[in-house]
Amino acid sequence: MRITMNKFTHMIFMLCAVFPVMLTGCQKASGGENGEVIVYNWGEYLDPETLDLFEEETGIHVIYDEFDTNEAMYPKVEAGAASYDVICPSDYMIQKMIDNDLLAEINFENIPNIKNIGQQYLDQSREFDPENKYSVPYCFGTVGILYNKTMVDGPIDSWSVLWDEKYTDNILMQDSVRDAFMTALKLNGYSMNTLNETELETAKKSLIDQKPLVQAYVIDQVRDKMIGGEAAIGVIYSGEAIYTQRENPDLEYVIPKEGTNVWIDAWVIPKNAPNKENAEAFINFMCREDIALKNFEYITYSTPNTAAQELIEDEEIKNSEIAFPDFDKYENLETFRYLGAEGDELYNNLWKEVKSQ
Amino acid sequence: MNKKKLLGTPYYIWSAMFIIIPLCMVFYYGFTDKKGAFTLENITAIASAEHAKALWLALSLSLVSTLICLLLAYPLAMILTGLKVNQHSFIVLIFILPMWMNFLLRTLAWQTILEKTGVLNSILSFLHLPALNIINTPYAIIVGMVYNFLPFMVLPIYNSLAKIDRNLVHAARDLGADGLQVFLKVTLPLTLPGIISGITMVFIPALTTFVISKLLGGSKVLLIGNVVEEEFTQAGNWHLGSGLSIVLMLFIIVNMVISTIFDKDGEGSVL
Repeated sequence: MRITMNKFTHMIFMLCAVFPVMLTGCQKASGGENGEVIVYNWGEYLDPETLDLFEEETGIHVIYDEFDTNEAMYPKVEAGAASYDVICPSDYMIQKMIDNDLLAEINFENIPNIKNIGQQYLDQSREFDPENKYSVPYCFGTVGILYNKTMVDGPIDSWSVLWDEKYTDNILMQDSVRDAFMTALKLNGYSMNTLNETELETAKKSLIDQKPLVQAYVIDQVRDKMIGGEAAIGVIYSGEAIYTQRENPDLEYVIPKEGTNVWIDAWVIPKNAPNKENAEAFINFMCREDIALKNFEYITYSTPNTAAQELIEDEEIKNSEIAFPDFDKYENLETFRYLGAEGDELYNNLWKEVKSQ
Repeated sequence: MNKKKLLGTPYYIWSAMFIIIPLCMVFYYGFTDKKGAFTLENITAIASAEHAKALWLALSLSLVSTLICLLLAYPLAMILTGLKVNQHSFIVLIFILPMWMNFLLRTLAWQTILEKTGVLNSILSFLHLPALNIINTPYAIIVGMVYNFLPFMVLPIYNSLAKIDRNLVHAARDLGADGLQVFLKVTLPLTLPGIISGITMVFIPALTTFVISKLLGGSKVLLIGNVVEEEFTQAGNWHLGSGLSIVLMLFIIVNMVISTIFDKDGEGSVL
């Protein structure tokens, strides 16, 4: 019985899959002479001009699609409803995809530009990709507090400000389960990869206590709301910090003293990729120093491309503590790990309890 | 006869692909667990504290919004029918015009209007009036629902009002009824189908919305629509998401049954 059911769902997925293929079929005709590559990336996560350059140089047509959370990306890839050639997930999600046998080993002979990626970032990638077989780092950074100097008393250095009643209705929290729990777990001095139920209960209680103080739970909107002066404090990715400071000089970014998440987003190739070699050509292109620099200047997320780091002209950004922090100076830095299906469910259920309060 | 049937083929294909198959999938996922075995857990999950609260919140907010829509729409529809032909088509156009714009954009516009440093508060502070802080509260969600769904209430009521034979009103007047009596005994009963269909068309989208509560509620107010959306997009538990939407369908079916009882001739339908 189970097998027939699975076949039934499979058939339906196939049906669903036919449609996008039929649609992309039209694009293929007008595409490049060397076929195409289907890229699935975070929203606003590369300079669109680099895609044009890639098409010109290689004759490979790029089909570009975007996601806004790892969790939203995963089911699409897992269901095979749409086949992508290159995806850019974060550390723990890459680990989950490796665990579930969704990724193909990359042929590094096709990616000579991997030499541009700093060794320390490849070493750090081993936390989720133990043999550096499946992923090529694209961006890295921290999660910290962005605050408006004119709206807070004195400098901020701790997650505890997110629980300070002074800032009621002036706090923007991340609306994604792992990031939200990270702040509460770090506040209480726990690991952000914990599966200990008492620790998680404490963190949940903290988040529930915090809820009346929170103005809104948002993801990408933290950036615009902070620039507009809508809130005093927001939890944000370091890559957004340089951009927001450019738009509003009153904003300051800090890595809290209790420690935080150091993340890496990396290019991976799914097992069912229809154009694997084109995918490798794309990754190689993205690793070229001038392209990496172009992307860094556009999205302001820290690049692990040391050759590109050397090329940055603005000394202030080249030596910026936000973009390229000296990780030895901070304590309790961690990278998210995949916690298994049960761990995911535990976190999701606790998060739902927080949200429904 | 056969040719006529043939003409329906595109519709059959359409409804199979986009209505029947998705619906079957929702039921398949709703009644199975992750291993594919039959279960009722996804349905009974509605009783858990978080889900029941989200459903209750969604029901009460959509009921309040529907009521406000009705109170706003009925007088407006009456004014519209009272106008001359060239005037009323202009006003109907003005009313429908915003619907040509994307629903998301219109809701985002409300965010900009209601924000702490938004348009409304800038005007209020310019006039030295106290600021209005309703963004990220249930009130803002109600504002969003009423604004977005009001045309769906006005149009069916307007349609059923326009169909009333003026002679009926004149006859009632001749027989000595005053304005209020004419309204209560003639106009209101004749427009009941329009009202019911308006209620359906506002209540159902309001009950299931997740975008309005996300954008105007700052994700602080969890409605049942948000729970379902997050099960699909964030938690990746399609089974629970489907189970909860089946429960939601029950409320919609109840609403539809009520509206067919009152609207036997399909008079109030917009089409």
